[in-house]
Amino acid sequence: MSAARLSLGRIALNGAATLSLGFILLPLFFVFWLAFFRQEIPSFPPEGYSLKWFQAAANNKPFVDGFILSLQVGVLATLIGLVLGVPASLALMRHRIALGPAINTLLLLPLVMPGIVLGTSLYVFQIETEIATGLPVMGSLGGLVAAHSLVVIPWVVKLVTASLAGFDRTIEEAAQNLGAGPWTTFRRVTLPSIRPGLVAGSLFGFVTSFGNLEMSLFLVGPGRTTLPIAILQYLEWKIDPTVAAASVIQIVLIGAAMIVTDRYVKLSRVV
Amino acid sequence: MARLSIEHLRKVYGEFTAVDDCSIDIAEGEFLVLLGPSGCGKTTTLRMVAGFIQPTAGKITIGERDVTNLPPWKRNCGLVFQSYALFPHMTVAENVAFGLEMRKVAPADRAARVAEALRLVQLTGFDERYPRQLSGGQQQRVALARALAMEPDVLLLDEPLSNLDAKLRLEVRVQIRDLQRKLGLTTIMVTHDQEEALTMADRLVVMEKGKVRQIGTQRELYEKPADRFVAGFIGRSAFLDGAMAQAGHFRSGGGLDIRCNAPASGPATLALRPERLAIGAEAESCANRFPARVEHVSYLGALLDIDVRLTEQDRILLQLPNRQGAAEPKPGDMITIGWAEDAGLVYPREP
Repeated sequence: MSAARLSLGRIALNGAATLSLGFILLPLFFVFWLAFFRQEIPSFPPEGYSLKWFQAAANNKPFVDGFILSLQVGVLATLIGLVLGVPASLALMRHRIALGPAINTLLLLPLVMPGIVLGTSLYVFQIETEIATGLPVMGSLGGLVAAHSLVVIPWVVKLVTASLAGFDRTIEEAAQNLGAGPWTTFRRVTLPSIRPGLVAGSLFGFVTSFGNLEMSLFLVGPGRTTLPIAILQYLEWKIDPTVAAASVIQIVLIGAAMIVTDRYVKLSRVV
Repeated sequence: MARLSIEHLRKVYGEFTAVDDCSIDIAEGEFLVLLGPSGCGKTTTLRMVAGFIQPTAGKITIGERDVTNLPPWKRNCGLVFQSYALFPHMTVAENVAFGLEMRKVAPADRAARVAEALRLVQLTGFDERYPRQLSGGQQQRVALARALAMEPDVLLLDEPLSNLDAKLRLEVRVQIRDLQRKLGLTTIMVTHDQEEALTMADRLVVMEKGKVRQIGTQRELYEKPADRFVAGFIGRSAFLDGAMAQAGHFRSGGGLDIRCNAPASGPATLALRPERLAIGAEAESCANRFPARVEHVSYLGALLDIDVRLTEQDRILLQLPNRQGAAEPKPGDMITIGWAEDAGLVYPREP
């Protein structure tokens, strides 16, 4: 009786899980399918299949330029996020700082703040800064990278503090006892131990930056368009599968990055 | 290797004095054990020697070097941690080579010294393993090899055996002791395990509440404990509270007049080692002889623990060898117990 109920519960659970997974994967599935349609206006059933939209995406200058810019911004923002986020995590985890928990929450806030709100506030802030200082902040690459590092920092802080939580500090003492100064100890002992958090934090931070649309909309300057914005602009005029093809390329690249990373660092253990 | 001297070392945390005026001299090649209950300041003292805790006052000298204000990485003390503290992302050989690398030893010489250190702890051939692939005892031996490879001036052992199971503990204990002798290492070990301390040390330091209670050999500590705490902490003692009424006479709380070698003083405690007590016929020749009632007998294999009552206030623990076939005292029996005049050690009464 109880065994029967147990298996019934298990079936219900598996069913719900399958349903949710399907719900998440369905749009992805259609994007992939659509990218290979031959006709220009997506309609079902497809008239045939073709690879021409991939070629179109690769030849679309705004897409290629956007891809390069997103890549640049993502890499720079991730580097800045690491340089700021790692010391912040160390300080938060290892020292009793006044308002430590509040600072921690503050650092994670960009993750929960709606992108539109973040974008608008940064837009206003950058205009005010430009007026106050006379520096060309608005629409500059620097301004965009600075904004993106803001969405990278939460990922770095979240995942690095998680790695630090389980870290045995006596191995740092062991290193110092063996003659390593503070910097060497950090480089040779601390850093390798928190590497999973660093790698995962960088990866997720980069992906977040790369795919960011809402915030970037407010901050890009003339002639400086990220890939998500280029896709959005293209969609205003056309709905042919070029966009689907560009998305497929993007998804495959990010997916590959995750699989490669997972070989070195088990992401499921960190996140 | 070098001698080590600790002078008037003190560590205060706010209101709490962790180590109070601790002075210890350790000769070259000596194995010194810091022994005491938890929270007595022994680990704090060791960590001050290693440089992880800055002393509030006092001086630490290794050889001729005053290291009091040097950071840990400039002290050349090899420390072995209770938790092993091996670098998990490095192989055994890389772990052992770490200290050599920090000392800029040429890679060619490193390999030879790593191999030698691993040979000393009998882990030859484990070079390429990772710490997680080793047992606890093996990990501890790697930690030891890592500390030895850098040829430290002093070797510091922080409860090195407490994470090992009982059988392994005996093995590693002997191994550490042999190595220490063979290499002539000046060594300080911290432990709360009395047996471990007694079997390994050349000299012991008994600490309590931040203070050094006594420094001496096993025999000195056991036969001439400096105070009541040491008498109770090292081995077992029976204590009788009372007063030194006049020179040579201790009056117990229950009114017994006990002969002993001590001058007259105020309230005092008399300590007796269980094996100095005789019973029955053997007690006839003793200066102190009293009738006693057997309260409780514990069978411990080689020994019998016997609680006896002399008077309402005066209770004593006896230890008798378990002689097969001999008549054993039973609860309720009346027996005669006795001890020599010099068996009783008198200490001022402690609150």
